[in-house]
Amino acid sequence: MKTLSKLWIGIAFLAVITPLGLYVPYKLNSKSAWGEWSAQEIKMLVGYIPGELEKVSGVWKAPVSGYGAHGWFGKDAAHRGFGYFLSGIIGIAACVGIAFIIGKILSKKEKKR
Amino acid sequence: MHIPDGYLGPISCGAFYAVMLPVWTIASRKVKKSLAAKQVPLLAIGAAFSFVIMMFNIPIPGGTSGHAVGGVLVAILLGPWAACIAVSVALVIQAFLFGDGGLTALGANCFNMAFVMPFIGYALYRLISQKSPIKSFRRLFAAGVGGYFGLVAAALSAGLEFGVQPILHHTASGQALYCPYSIKIAVLAMVGEHMLVFGWIEMVVTALVVKFLQGQDPDLLRTIPDTVE
Repeated sequence: MKTLSKLWIGIAFLAVITPLGLYVPYKLNSKSAWGEWSAQEIKMLVGYIPGELEKVSGVWKAPVSGYGAHGWFGKDAAHRGFGYFLSGIIGIAACVGIAFIIGKILSKKEKKR
Repeated sequence: MHIPDGYLGPISCGAFYAVMLPVWTIASRKVKKSLAAKQVPLLAIGAAFSFVIMMFNIPIPGGTSGHAVGGVLVAILLGPWAACIAVSVALVIQAFLFGDGGLTALGANCFNMAFVMPFIGYALYRLISQKSPIKSFRRLFAAGVGGYFGLVAAALSAGLEFGVQPILHHTASGQALYCPYSIKIAVLAMVGEHMLVFGWIEMVVTALVVKFLQGQDPDLLRTIPDTVE
């Protein structure tokens, strides 16, 4: 089998097991990444919400905020996990599509090797 | 390491967009010269890999979490400029669709993960591997070290960005307006957790894929880095 096919299979495998990236930190009671807290979490940490942070933090409402982990597809664990998986598929498809378009544009005038 | 909206003030956000615009322009030119049509799928795989590997949050039990980025691996396969484009694509999708990393901070996030990381990691990879055989352990080691320090360098960069905010923006009474942590704490936290935990994940991921390619298709590791300078 060609290497590229194997690499695509690798990506597909990672896509299938993405819910692990959600469940494992949850099971081990792991919290937000450093510097990625919500305004409320910051209040717990330093006692106040920095004024501009609160204003600017809401500037963009992402269509699938938190990869579906915030309950976009449903609140229970199975739905969150599935939402996370679907988000992975959507994200991979978007990355592949855009990278292909950029690649096609940039590699267009290639010299023959 | 995805800095959200509201953590960086307008000066930092503007400055990093201003830095990244010429970087992306140069990256496009470099890639235009070096990317063969048959390598386009590899660029797409690189972007997809970077995107999906970042979904695997590695927990520090009871503490924070973090993840690998894949930026150095893509640089080893396609060169650092192509890696810059691939990782930027992943970061743009993450910010716009999933709210992972802010739009105002997108320039800074791309600077850290799509510029600092692939270039530092790739430079180390080249420095350590030298002209060693493609299938050698030395090259594998070089890839792992490149991955580790590439990620740590990105974390250092993010820590500095977080840490200058209280100096740049605060109220008369001294309350921070954006990220509230001092440069000392921010750098220690970011560099510390990436040196202790997440850097090793990046090292293993990078080395595992390079190991696989050494056996499967050594040409992928050979042709590209020597043509991209």
